[in-house]
Amino acid sequence: MFARRRWLIPWLLMAPGLLWLIVFFVLPNIQMVLMSLSSGTLGSGFSFSWDFANYGDALTKFPVQFRNSLVFGGLATILTFLIGFPLAYGIAFRGGRYKNVLLFLVIAPFFTSFLIRTISWRILLGDSGPILAIGRDFLHLVPDNFTILRTPLAVVSGLVYQFLPFMVLPLYTSLEKVDFRLVEAARDLYAGPWRRPGAIVGGLAGAIVGGAIVIGLGYGSLGGEGTTFLLIASLASGAAGAAVGGLLISETFVRVIFPLSLPGVFAGSILTFIPAIGDYVNAELLGNPKTQMIGNVIQGRFLEQNDYPTAAALSFILMGAILVAIFFYARALGTEGLAGGRAG
Amino acid sequence: MTNPAATSPGAGGAGSAPAGRPSSARSLGASINQRLVPLFTLVAILYLLTPIFVMIAFSFNDPPGKFNFTWGTFSLAAWGNPFGRPGLQQALVNSLFVGFVSTLVATVLGTLVALALTRYEFRGRAAVGSLIFVPMATPEIVMGASLLTLFVGTAFDPWHSLTGGTLFPLGIQTILVAHIMFNISYVIVTVRARMAGFDRRLEEAAMDLGANEWSTFWRVTFPLIFPGIMAAALLAFSLSIDDFIITNFTSGTSNTFPIWVWSSIRNNLPPQIHVLGTSIFVGAIGLVVISTILQNRSARLSRAGRPA
Repeated sequence: MFARRRWLIPWLLMAPGLLWLIVFFVLPNIQMVLMSLSSGTLGSGFSFSWDFANYGDALTKFPVQFRNSLVFGGLATILTFLIGFPLAYGIAFRGGRYKNVLLFLVIAPFFTSFLIRTISWRILLGDSGPILAIGRDFLHLVPDNFTILRTPLAVVSGLVYQFLPFMVLPLYTSLEKVDFRLVEAARDLYAGPWRRPGAIVGGLAGAIVGGAIVIGLGYGSLGGEGTTFLLIASLASGAAGAAVGGLLISETFVRVIFPLSLPGVFAGSILTFIPAIGDYVNAELLGNPKTQMIGNVIQGRFLEQNDYPTAAALSFILMGAILVAIFFYARALGTEGLAGGRAG
Repeated sequence: MTNPAATSPGAGGAGSAPAGRPSSARSLGASINQRLVPLFTLVAILYLLTPIFVMIAFSFNDPPGKFNFTWGTFSLAAWGNPFGRPGLQQALVNSLFVGFVSTLVATVLGTLVALALTRYEFRGRAAVGSLIFVPMATPEIVMGASLLTLFVGTAFDPWHSLTGGTLFPLGIQTILVAHIMFNISYVIVTVRARMAGFDRRLEEAAMDLGANEWSTFWRVTFPLIFPGIMAAALLAFSLSIDDFIITNFTSGTSNTFPIWVWSSIRNNLPPQIHVLGTSIFVGAIGLVVISTILQNRSARLSRAGRPA
């Protein structure tokens, strides 16, 4: 009798956990879809009415905040990748016996409160903070009226810092798994520096990323104000990219190590992009009213204005945008990279 | 291992040159790489730790105004009076309470799911897998907002009579519900990763020797997966005590430590926040160090106890 009921055992074990997830994750999301199509107020109660106007409002009323979310979230993801990849690489290949200590230091920030870390950045980036004291007052790198706090630069800096560990950990996991015999084989087969193709790819990538940062942070635009600065910044970052691509990056890295780390690249960027695009704490504490992101609108509508239907529609649009982004990103990187394909 | 370069200490670098074909560009890149990668790693780690140093330093600050954003003079005042602001102590107590209870519940529920997933074959595994994964891929703000929608929904009938008003108005109980929810997935994933390398033959041996399923689980399986469960519990606790966004949506008028910080920041920012933040940091690091030492010791003991 016991044997016949055996199929029940796993479901009995899973029942409490899965029920909790269904009742407090699936159900709330269904409730939110219904809410996004409802009309009414908190006082009189909401009624479901196929009110698609909420979506129209949500999409048309907040173009600046949508733009900020996409731009800041996207820039933060690119920058965390540029910092996170060499860091993960350094720990995985050069960490030696300090690997675990280094990894522990990467996650150490998680042991303090998210808010307190952001407050620390507010101190560091402040008008009388140490960064401006060195860069502006001592080295005179920037004009005397230059500020960081309450600008897009501060918001993106905060996002990059907060989500860097989310990028490093998956990258480290996939780099750590790289079979070192493959690297040796590549070297035995005369893989050298990436040289000319490296310089071209690195130069182009550097120029594009540098330009995107300048435009995204509002320091210059093509044809408008700050065009000269945009061009100089793009050229400089292009030159830096070319030097890195041509001299520092080897063929072994391009053909062996990087392709094997693609699952980590995928996981790391998703884990960074999702919380970055939905964040509102950095925009609130480090930015100004013009740098608000869509998260600020959602939390304001929910917690201050009690405009639940519009807020629910906004949340649902955010969720949809993230799913679409993941889908295209997965397509672009290829399923082979995702499944660990050749790495397996 | 025919290549001497590959066995040299710096061979981990992508730019290391093969010994066979020396060239100036290659050795230049390689020698820069040799120093640059470790240097970059150290600088990046320092960058990650900087806000922690700032937090510790500013806990010893006597700020010139109401906001602890600029350095005034060195002071131990805040350390001598860490709860010297109304509501702060209650907020910390709430944080610890929510952390412990949600960790306990989520760890039990999550471990049961992980056990079922690794030890039994059943249909619907893919559906269960996505039910576990999707919460981790959902932005916190969407989770918080949808829970708020659900809780507010229970203010009206028929849900009001069904829930007896436990989910609305919001309070500690709704924070708990939310924290257990987002912790379950992380516990499942952590425990499952630990169980992947588990040797099933040990259980079979116990059963062959006459143990029933119950005593096999408690005497063989549980001690072996215990380090994984501990790791999951630590992760859950740190996620819970640090959570701001979801808590902000589900707390109503109750405070946790992060919520207290957030609501005070518009009017003032006392150095007590940095004192408590530093204390939580030191406490958490201590917990991790102790659990690592315990795990290493139990690993050594089990290795020592194994017949050669």
